[in-house]
Amino acid sequence: MNICVCIKQVPDTNRIKIDPVTNTLVRKGVPSIINPFDTYAVEMAANLKERFGGTVIVMSMGPEQALGALRVCLSVGADEAYLISDRAFGGSDTLATGYIIAGAIRHIEKLEGIKFDVIMCGKQAVDGDTAQVGPQVAEQLGLPQVTYAADIEGSASNVIVRREVDGGFDLTKVQLPTVITVVSSKQMPRYATYATRSDAKKKTIHVLNSAAMPEIDTAQCGLNGSPTRVVRTYTPVVVKNGVTVEGESAEEIADNLIGMLDAKMLL
Amino acid sequence: MDKYNTLTQEIIDEIKAVSNHVFLGDAISPDYERDEMPIYGTHKPDLVVQARSTKEVSDVMKICYEHTIPVTARGAGTGLAGGCVPMQGGVVMDISQMNHILNYDLENFVVNVEAGVLLKELQEDCITKGLMYPPDPGEKYACLGGNVATNAGGMRAVKYGTTRDYVRAMTVVLANGEITHFGATVSKTSSGYSLLNLMIGSEGTLGIITELTLKIIPAPKATASLIVPFTDLQTALSAVPKFKMAHMNPQAIEFMESDIVKMTENFINKTVFPKEYRGQDIRSYLLITLDGGSQEDLDQQIDQASRLCFENHAMEVFIAETPTQISNAWAARSAFYEAITDEIKLLDECDVVIPINHIVDFLTFVNKIGKDLGLDITCYGHAGDGNIHIYQCSNEMSEEEFMAKNEQFFDVIYAKAVEYGGEVSGEHGIGSSKMKYLENSIGKTNIDLMEGIKRVFDPKMILNPGKVCHRL
Ligand SMILES: Cc1cc2nc3c(=O)[nH]c(=O)nc-3n(C[C@H](O)[C@H](O)[C@H](O)COP(=O)(O)OP(=O)(O)OC[C@H]3O[C@@H](n4cnc5c(N)ncnc54)[C@H](O)[C@@H]3O)c2cc1C
Repeated sequence: MNICVCIKQVPDTNRIKIDPVTNTLVRKGVPSIINPFDTYAVEMAANLKERFGGTVIVMSMGPEQALGALRVCLSVGADEAYLISDRAFGGSDTLATGYIIAGAIRHIEKLEGIKFDVIMCGKQAVDGDTAQVGPQVAEQLGLPQVTYAADIEGSASNVIVRREVDGGFDLTKVQLPTVITVVSSKQMPRYATYATRSDAKKKTIHVLNSAAMPEIDTAQCGLNGSPTRVVRTYTPVVVKNGVTVEGESAEEIADNLIGMLDAKMLL
Repeated sequence: MDKYNTLTQEIIDEIKAVSNHVFLGDAISPDYERDEMPIYGTHKPDLVVQARSTKEVSDVMKICYEHTIPVTARGAGTGLAGGCVPMQGGVVMDISQMNHILNYDLENFVVNVEAGVLLKELQEDCITKGLMYPPDPGEKYACLGGNVATNAGGMRAVKYGTTRDYVRAMTVVLANGEITHFGATVSKTSSGYSLLNLMIGSEGTLGIITELTLKIIPAPKATASLIVPFTDLQTALSAVPKFKMAHMNPQAIEFMESDIVKMTENFINKTVFPKEYRGQDIRSYLLITLDGGSQEDLDQQIDQASRLCFENHAMEVFIAETPTQISNAWAARSAFYEAITDEIKLLDECDVVIPINHIVDFLTFVNKIGKDLGLDITCYGHAGDGNIHIYQCSNEMSEEEFMAKNEQFFDVIYAKAVEYGGEVSGEHGIGSSKMKYLENSIGKTNIDLMEGIKRVFDPKMILNPGKVCHRL
């Protein structure tokens, strides 16, 4: 099973404070981290490689600082790493980012002479929380997408994704190749060992710019290629969780629901 | 025996005339009756002042001194020795609202703070400025004044020392209400007795600390933690002295056994550490943090430390180097205390310090005594400086039986600790909980000296009566 994992370097949002006066994020002195959900995607990919064989390639679109993040991934299960970096790509919204990453993935397939069976992303990047890039990549590549994956069951020829949904899980069977976006789990991602870290240090990280990937149309990249404009950022208010309607049987649950709606005069 | 007066309406009115932050009766939160170890006794204060300034502390102290009312200083109440519990009632002087970081002096590398600033606040503020306040006790929501009053230690003491090493000067309100300053910003002094150092670790018995000048350092440029599994505790601990011998200087070297790791992982609902390696059970771990002035320096240390671990029979060396990995690696360690208190009904703890070459023998002894007495024993701690946290636990015994067994346990193990050249408390302090063992350990002469010093600072013995060396 050949897997490509897309990772992003983000500021450690746990450390970011909001300036009470200007209401903007204070990023000064805040360290960069690998988007936490992406680390679980790398872990899932490393696990699948152990079960089914194949290659794990990590890629990141971003500035040169992301090299450190890629090297860490090489020490915890990735075989090769690619940095997609070009000024022309800066300022891209999720649509343009999806376009560039999809183009880069096709390009990496050509360079490596392989086809990816699975493309993985974290469910969302914690600096923007859009959860759009994974699905955009799937659209651009014309692939099915399975979001919120907690685990992969089944076999290489019969992949069943355990998806996290409100209040439980569902199992989704999917045909390969596919895009999968990954949630965090109870099992923390593995650590590097002394040996895997030493090996990772010796590896070359491939850097691809726009000139190296002529099939990517720069007019669709960066600010020019991005139809969205950020007007304002704010922390959403947490809305109260829903209620669970309980009962012994489906009929009773339905009756209880009707009763609740009735009581609120919604019927 | 020193005699104290009780608060009368007139005294309360006098206090209210100098402070707008007075709480009485039901308005006093039950939190003020206890610290994190209520097993050492709880007691409700008659009055609480949430002071906002040194002057307010001083004005209230003058009144209490005149009327001989006991005053117990309190920071965040996270102490583990009963230190901030007003066992004689009277006034609790809560400093936690004096919580401003006043200013940094980056030419002399010091920061001035009010004593109620939380450790967490200062640590985080320092990071945003490329600085580090090195003392790093487990409880980040303690006040800096409390840290100084207990000479808190913590994870980084191996390399950076304890709170004492970072206190340059302080403002103190004495028992009679007089305001004085001890120490100076300078880094050396040979200027008479160090009143500053007497205050550090005095647990509210000599004066009330209201402001502090603390030393800070440039933050290390690169940090990594190593999780090092071993087949047994003895092998793990035997590796510890080797780091010093190899001229290595880790920030932290903690030891822990797999049982407490599992229990804590259940509690935090995360799996943090591997439990087996190549089919072999992991029984104990060293958790080591290294820091360096550059990535190259750190890489070189990681190489050296890993080789050293392998030479000393480590099963593997796992490396956490991103901020997330490092905080994950410490997630279990940081939650040990909460995990234990969550599962255990009856619990007591101690934090003896043992010369590190004796830790293994001492722990073997401790486990045997615990077993003989029917107490469940859990140990972990700062292997790098010999400071061990021992928890005596029971879910079966009655409280009475537990207390009796526990006392027997303490008697024996503290005697053993003294035999090895250890000390009663490495960082949690004496409070009301460990007075007997302190006296047994340092002897009557030294306790009398301590009490004599207290009487000079506090002639009416009103500051935190019945603590450390003050026998009621
Ligand atoms: C989960 C947990 C982990 C911990 N880990 C560590 C650790 O790793 N290392 C460690 O050393 N400790 C540790 N502690 C113990 C505790 O956090 C420290 O003792 C801390 O220094 C207490 O600070 P505080 O502000 O809570 O003080 P309090 O509990 O409020 O008071 C402690 C003592 O200091 C005196 N005092 C407080 N403020 C002042 C003041 N302004 N002037 C004069 N006297 C004052 C009080 O009278 C009392 O005697 C831990 C505690 C918990 C609950």
